Amino acid sequence: MPPQRTLQMYRTMQLIRSFEEAAGTAFHDGRIRGPVHQYVGQEAIAAGVCANLKPTDYIASYHRGHGHAIAKGADIGRMMKELLGREGGTCGGKGGSMHIADFSVGMLGANGVVADGVTIAVGAAQAVKLLRQDRIVVAFFGDGAVNRGPLLEAFNWAMIYGLPVLFVCEDNQYAATVRTADLTAGEGIVARARSFGIPSESVDGNDVVAVHDLAEKLIAKIRRGEGPALIHATAYRWYGHFAHDSGAYRDPEAHRRALAGDPLERCRSWLLEQGMKDEELDGFAIQELVEKALKEAEAAPMPAPREAFTEIQDLGAEAWPR
Amino acid sequence: MAEMTYAEAAKLALQQEMVRDTRVWALGEDLGSIGGIAGQYRGLQAQFGRERVLDTPISESTIMGAAVGAAICGTRPVVELRYADFGLCATDEIVNQAAKIRYMFNGQARVPVVIRQPIGIQKGCAAQHSQSTEAWWVHVPGLVVVAPATPADNHGLLKAAIRSDDPVIYLEHKELWPTRGEVDESRGPLRLGQAERLTDGNDVTIVTWSKMRHVCFASQKILNEKGMSAEVIDLRTLWPWDRDMVLQSVRRTGRLLVVHEAVRVGGFGAEIAAEVGEALWRELKGPVRRLGGPRSPVPYAEPLENLFRITPEQVSNTATKMVKES
Repeated sequence: MPPQRTLQMYRTMQLIRSFEEAAGTAFHDGRIRGPVHQYVGQEAIAAGVCANLKPTDYIASYHRGHGHAIAKGADIGRMMKELLGREGGTCGGKGGSMHIADFSVGMLGANGVVADGVTIAVGAAQAVKLLRQDRIVVAFFGDGAVNRGPLLEAFNWAMIYGLPVLFVCEDNQYAATVRTADLTAGEGIVARARSFGIPSESVDGNDVVAVHDLAEKLIAKIRRGEGPALIHATAYRWYGHFAHDSGAYRDPEAHRRALAGDPLERCRSWLLEQGMKDEELDGFAIQELVEKALKEAEAAPMPAPREAFTEIQDLGAEAWPR
Repeated sequence: MAEMTYAEAAKLALQQEMVRDTRVWALGEDLGSIGGIAGQYRGLQAQFGRERVLDTPISESTIMGAAVGAAICGTRPVVELRYADFGLCATDEIVNQAAKIRYMFNGQARVPVVIRQPIGIQKGCAAQHSQSTEAWWVHVPGLVVVAPATPADNHGLLKAAIRSDDPVIYLEHKELWPTRGEVDESRGPLRLGQAERLTDGNDVTIVTWSKMRHVCFASQKILNEKGMSAEVIDLRTLWPWDRDMVLQSVRRTGRLLVVHEAVRVGGFGAEIAAEVGEALWRELKGPVRRLGGPRSPVPYAEPLENLFRITPEQVSNTATKMVKES
């Protein structure tokens, strides 16, 4: 792996981390009104996988979707406006954090219903196949999704139709507030996916280089038309399920140990070992970018009331004014 | 013009749309081997191939979720859910995804998908294969709801549903599959949201849809024999419904009876009754009446099942009572 390529992924991770920290602060001081599911601790997964994607490839995400959007190239200015519910947000302020979507970069949406993005992803892959397009689809989901029926339906579906889709299970160990391991029978998601015949591998999701390399290998197979594959990436969710969950149900000692696996620190050490300098690693003005995004979002106007009644449906939509 | 069944008319519509637009495709259970549960897809897989007429596993959530994904990525899927009762297994994907994606992503994508899920009592099919769920879907913003009653309407409305950029819940009635009628094969799509007035009448307006259209039409003859006349209106599209045609008619007759096979409580008839009551209460000669199913699952045994079937006599008796009491 050329260090320059890793440096780009490190920049993506920094941008996600900084965006998410800013979003957390903005939630706690009341500037963001709705739930915010932070991606802090999982940055290497989105960065490592999406580094292998073309702008035309699709991704589908879940409720913890900011990181995926950023890694796929969404504009953080428009994203921050969306979180603050402002005009000019990716969804015009109508979606908020849980429905971040940017179709202009192939980001088909975060999703408020666990595992639903996965069935949408296999459908997107079906469209790609029907239209004879040269794209692949990545479906990100959390470990909490492994016990939803539609996820297993989608595994079967992708396999029987040989669809170009990469499943990425981001295992942050918690299904909302409960340890996933306590509620999951069998040997885990890799075994489940393999039982459908899907090539599946685990990877240390704190190691962006390892994630990248595994994704590169599997995506090459998918692009060759060999059907779906799955990555199980283990990581640790630094904060609670969402910003208003303190995560107090976690063992403090285990929590401290897990934080030591910081994917950004890990990447930084690797890059320094490769001979890069601190200035190179810190030269992206990430803080400034995020502060600018937040400042501009706060200055942006609220959506006009009539916007509540647009984009419902062509036929039979509620009218404004009533 | 050609005579054909309600099932054949639907097949013709889909066939014509698939020829016209290569982005149109169909997916669901049993589409290839038997051409759909009622033959409404017969021959299409042979004509268009296995990819465009896709046999799927019994995975309603993913049938629907995949259709949504394919719809937002440039294709126009026609989903077959077999029975409305099974459509309930895909409710999340219909309500939370198909109906909301355009709105919550502020128009970045539309979801041009047709969701076929046959409704109604079918001889001996009992509680889990006999439901009429139209009111559930009408309640969900984002959806268009269509319920054709004749072969000609099934042809023209299915074409319209396929060309719609909105997700359309398309409710065929299971006992109408073999019914026959004239269809103009060269005809384009009908306009969604437009009702059809079957009869002119002075004494009462009867609003209905789906299979009950035929029951209400038959009731008109009984009323005529008694010296009364009813204006029977088949809504055809339930959302958006043809409010103008209904109000115009009720303004003239002063009386409204709504007839549907679905459970009466919370049925779509209640919405029509309320809207008409709010708009025309000064002009009504009596209360709006509704005929619908009892709030009970549909039973199996014939004499029990028959209690859930609305007859022309019931409709004409109710209408007669309405005329006499006011």
